Amino acid sequence: MKHLLSSEDLNRDEIITILDTAARMKDLAGAKKLPTLRGFTIVNLFFEDSTRTRISFEAASKRLSADVINFSAKGSSVSKGESLKDTALTLQAMGADAIVIRHPASGSAYRLANAGWISGSVINAGDGTHQHPTQSLLDAFTIRNHFGLVGNDLSGRHIAIVGDILHSRVARSNIFLLSTLGAKVSVVAPPTLLPIGIENWPCEVSYDLDSVLPQVDAVMMLRIQTERMSDSFFPSELEYSKRYGLDAKRFAQLPGHAIVMHPGPMNRGLEISATVADCERSVIVEQVANGVLIRMAVLFHILAGESL
Amino acid sequence: MILNNVNILGEHNADIEIDEGVIVNIAAAGSLQSEIDCQGLTLLPGLVDLHTHMREPGFEESETVASASRAGARGGFTALHAMPNTSPVGDTAGVVEQVFHLGQAAGLCDVFPIGAVTKNLEGKQLAELGAMAESEARVRIFSDDGKCVSDPLLMRRALEYVKAFGGVIAQHAQDPLLTVGSQMNESELSSRLGLKGWPAVAEEAIIARDVLLAQHVKGKLHICHVSTRGSVEIIQRAKENGINVTAEVTPHHLLLTEDLVENYDPIFKVNPPLRSRDDVLALREGVQNGVIDIIATDHAPHPLESKDCEWEVAAFGMLGLETALSVAYTALVKDGSMSIGQLADVLSTRPAAIGQIAQHGRPITVGEPANFVLFDTSRSYRVDKYDSFSKSTNNPYDTMTLHGKVVMTMLRGNITYRDVEAKL
Repeated sequence: MKHLLSSEDLNRDEIITILDTAARMKDLAGAKKLPTLRGFTIVNLFFEDSTRTRISFEAASKRLSADVINFSAKGSSVSKGESLKDTALTLQAMGADAIVIRHPASGSAYRLANAGWISGSVINAGDGTHQHPTQSLLDAFTIRNHFGLVGNDLSGRHIAIVGDILHSRVARSNIFLLSTLGAKVSVVAPPTLLPIGIENWPCEVSYDLDSVLPQVDAVMMLRIQTERMSDSFFPSELEYSKRYGLDAKRFAQLPGHAIVMHPGPMNRGLEISATVADCERSVIVEQVANGVLIRMAVLFHILAGESL
Repeated sequence: MILNNVNILGEHNADIEIDEGVIVNIAAAGSLQSEIDCQGLTLLPGLVDLHTHMREPGFEESETVASASRAGARGGFTALHAMPNTSPVGDTAGVVEQVFHLGQAAGLCDVFPIGAVTKNLEGKQLAELGAMAESEARVRIFSDDGKCVSDPLLMRRALEYVKAFGGVIAQHAQDPLLTVGSQMNESELSSRLGLKGWPAVAEEAIIARDVLLAQHVKGKLHICHVSTRGSVEIIQRAKENGINVTAEVTPHHLLLTEDLVENYDPIFKVNPPLRSRDDVLALREGVQNGVIDIIATDHAPHPLESKDCEWEVAAFGMLGLETALSVAYTALVKDGSMSIGQLADVLSTRPAAIGQIAQHGRPITVGEPANFVLFDTSRSYRVDKYDSFSKSTNNPYDTMTLHGKVVMTMLRGNITYRDVEAKL
């Protein structure tokens, strides 16, 4: 695996291998630091604020003994088209082995990998409204662990993704990755927040959260950005919260074994109530911990060249 | 000058004698003195483009009137209409006359400036349309191309006002509110790529409104770069109702589809966006049955840095002059759905009629100006973006194989382009 750009690029066996590697990383956690990537240089190139994803990649790199350079370039790219290329050429000249990129423009990770600017590997840490593949890997890992499916795929499991599907790279990544793993995926959103053509994607679509909740093993709540309201995607925060928020009453409709997920950062009281976010069937903090393991596994397969 | 054994419009072979820029004799093939042997070559009237971005004044690093004229001549064009989205904008008699004179100085194509509909293309206040019409540039077509005249009242006024001098409003049909931040055709693919969609309805709604406005005020409306099946259907209905509307399609919308966007290469970023295969087929049918009147290039040069970047920050637009005839031939004639004569109609005769330029798009008969393109239908070639007469290289056909090649272009009997590989 040279790059990780999209969850659509991964087949079932590749995903399972990455998840299994992450599980091994977990078993080795007692060692604190592994020498695997000593001498490798990994650049975190972040054109967008994202403290949690950046420190997750940074922690993963450091636990594998790689040298990490954090390059925060927020705001410098979108206004001037040249700067992604120039930044890439700079990093190439400095000898980066892998670039972890977060960028507001969809496709920028693909361009960085394929435009002929650099020779190193590219890991997409979120590009616009396109993809965030490590998030979907860590979500799958979390579901798998929780249901004791280590070593297996997610056949027979049903996962609901709820909220702003239209603008969500987390949703896109998960729809394709979870379905590749055999899970049934349902997306739930108001019609304005569903992308055109979603009926051709490997998921079911519903406008009604209450009818979906009793059937699922996991429900993934997406962050709703309040500026969507001013663009008339929905009338008010209150109405959104009433129709699509996960509060205690809705939580009670879930099967007893079902878990609650959220990629963060949360709007408590909007898409998810504080009591649900903090309840014992919420795995939101676990997701964060698993993120480091998944990113260790991805960096390992990309840089240590262990073929998938 | 004598062209021997030339095939006229794919119909019959003849010898053609030209003197002082005019056809003086058309005789049986082989009957005149041998001069330029055109055996196997097809003669068409010089092509007329109704939609060229020459970028001068203001963006000379991308293109100049002179370089666009060279590119045009290479593509078989003898007349080009220059879009006014320059800097300064072509919204006054002074600017359009400057462009007109630059065209004369270059001398390779007759350059006819298009005037802006509104001052500085801002869509707020009419530009001095009458002054441009009466200027030396004799402007007849007005367009805010690149931007839509979206205000319905302003569009109505423009259609009415230019009736005084037989003007045409060429609309860039794009509802601005339905396309805020749009990047590519809205479809399952745009959703998957995370690129903001550009719905067909944003084009079709403006066309539907404008044909009704044109009907109401009895004005002349031209629709630039039609790109969807729905647009073709609306224009067809408007024509059936006797509305005075004409429409153009670009070569790229006849050949390329949205699938090319999959790799996020901004070379395929264009306004209107590349659409679906179904739209391409509808556009081809539209040209074949005459609902779409003409093919116009929307030649849009951009400097390298505007394309060597992320998709979302890249500029919209692609080159078109040098490849237009080959692309049209490849898309429409090669498979037998249209004849060369019909191609000449949509690339020369009818655009000249819409532009109201008397000396172009003429029949090939004695007494007519010797504005010609010689086309070799037997040749195919692989496009190389660096082999460019345009100053820019944003060529979407790079590495593709096209069929049919321009081998010579002539403006009033003067050779403006000659293919070095053709032994003429």
